[in-house]
Amino acid sequence: MSVLTPSRPAVVERPRTARRGIAAVAGLLVLLALVSLASLMYGVRDVAAGDVLDALFAPVTGNNDHGVVRTERVPRTLIGLVGGAALGVAGALMQGVTRNPIADPGLLGLNSGASLAVIVAIAGFGVTSIDGYVWFAFLGAAVAAVVVYGAASMGWEGVTPVKLALVGAAVTATTTSMITVVLLTDRNTLREFRFWQVGSLANRSADSLASVLPFVVVGLLLALAAGRVLNALALGDDVARGLGQDVTRGRLLVVLAVVLLCGSAVSLVGPIAFVGLVVPHVARALVGPDYRWLVVLSVLLGPLLLLTADVIGRVVVAGELEAGLVVAVVGAPVLLALVRGSRSVAA
Amino acid sequence: MSLVAHDVHLAYDRRTVVHGVDFTVPAGEVTVIVGANGCGKSTLLRGLGRIMRPTQGRVELDGTDLRRLRPRDVATRLGLLPQQPSAPDGITVADLVGRGRHPHQGAFRRWNGDDAEAVSQALALTDTHELAGRRVDELSGGQRQRVWIAMMLAQDPATMLLDEPTTYLDIAHQVEVLDLLAELNAERGTTVVMVLHDLNLAARYAHQLVVMKEGRILRCGAPQDVLDVECVREAFGLESQVLADPVAGCPMVVPIGRHLPAPRAAVTPASP
Repeated sequence: MSVLTPSRPAVVERPRTARRGIAAVAGLLVLLALVSLASLMYGVRDVAAGDVLDALFAPVTGNNDHGVVRTERVPRTLIGLVGGAALGVAGALMQGVTRNPIADPGLLGLNSGASLAVIVAIAGFGVTSIDGYVWFAFLGAAVAAVVVYGAASMGWEGVTPVKLALVGAAVTATTTSMITVVLLTDRNTLREFRFWQVGSLANRSADSLASVLPFVVVGLLLALAAGRVLNALALGDDVARGLGQDVTRGRLLVVLAVVLLCGSAVSLVGPIAFVGLVVPHVARALVGPDYRWLVVLSVLLGPLLLLTADVIGRVVVAGELEAGLVVAVVGAPVLLALVRGSRSVAA
Repeated sequence: MSLVAHDVHLAYDRRTVVHGVDFTVPAGEVTVIVGANGCGKSTLLRGLGRIMRPTQGRVELDGTDLRRLRPRDVATRLGLLPQQPSAPDGITVADLVGRGRHPHQGAFRRWNGDDAEAVSQALALTDTHELAGRRVDELSGGQRQRVWIAMMLAQDPATMLLDEPTTYLDIAHQVEVLDLLAELNAERGTTVVMVLHDLNLAARYAHQLVVMKEGRILRCGAPQDVLDVECVREAFGLESQVLADPVAGCPMVVPIGRHLPAPRAAVTPASP
């Protein structure tokens, strides 16, 4: 075989991934616009479509319908967009950095850390408003992540995906049992905590959104920069090092982005880990395993799933069903369909 | 290009595996490292490739300590293919080869003409351009190994380090991969350093053969000067005969071992 005869130019695949990516982004933007509109239109209170538009573009002070739209539905939709994007991207980053297709941000102990902190807020500080939990949840998530990452980086070879997953599981188990101890002995805390824990877009104010927004923005920028790092890490540590990637620094960058994104999202909408599990798989089915595109698509798919779940929860029952519950009902069939139909369900 | 190890010690945790190796990789030649399992040959390769830091001593690339060079600058000069690398599920050949461009790209720098050129050349050199759109997990072992070598070619280093590039390949694919590396060496002047298990293929393809034992270099030189009965006995604890390879004239090791087939076994007639 004479191989050294570079004759015809090879077919180079890149443009195909890019074409698929651009098509997917366009399609998802349309869907996201539709579901955002639905989120503004539908709710417990019937508001005519015309009044919704008026509320947005020509609000009349004192009009109750306009008030509902502006003070409840608009913030709720924005929270869905921001929270969903943060959860979706955090999931993609987590699956990339652990090279584990069933990883979600909860694996770093973020959700349980946030939960424990919310319990402390309720039981210890008597905080009872969802808005009051935001900083506690964020701090709890950050502390958990630091503990997990710190413990996983002990030892001569530093942080490895397996150690990260194991330490995360250990910290989650410990935190969860501490949470259970409090909840078993303290009925009042249990009552308050249940509403936070299930995960919802309701009863959050625009102030909560404003306080976490800067973290989400920084997290998303880091995530976009982390795409090529994850592409290198996906080939294994040795190959990544051979390609000149500083593996330790790369992992730290990704984990930092996860903490910012997931910490914000959990503070805002509660521990809805499932979004982070499903979204990267859907993204992978759409564009393949290139993380630069996976991150971009997750930014759109996360809110699409979360808002869809929220709207369904508002429409199907007389009262309301929390988005955290509906997400699993909507997302699980999607995941099953991907497992059945596609060969690309893996990190 | 020069790659030189000075008194290199390498350790996993506290267990030292390579004990003070001094060794120069001859530029533009093929160097093959052989030795018994656990003798530290793969570890030495990882040390040369900057995947492991020496606990003592240093590796110099063009006269500069590897530790003082930026990882990305090293990667454009030195490529490394570990044993049995694993590709992400569902990745296509072109995408995998394209990832070899990593050290040439920045955080937000996008794919450009140089990248496309390097990838199509790498595909052509390894004769994998027809596989470009295929998924790596659908390929045969030999094709897959060629694709990984293509990824390293897209990285465009002057020196390639390969850890057992022929593992799990049948004999035809082993020869195919080694021929490819020999041709890259002959026609592009690429310096090749690889770990191999098969002594006869090592002798066939090496300009310089390095025999390791217990973390040290036992012998180093041209295969015909290095590979003899005594060397095989010392490095592997195996009795053998070393003959001239009837095809290429280089040394060929024929193991003796304890068990030989009984002469009668071959001619026993079938019982009536």
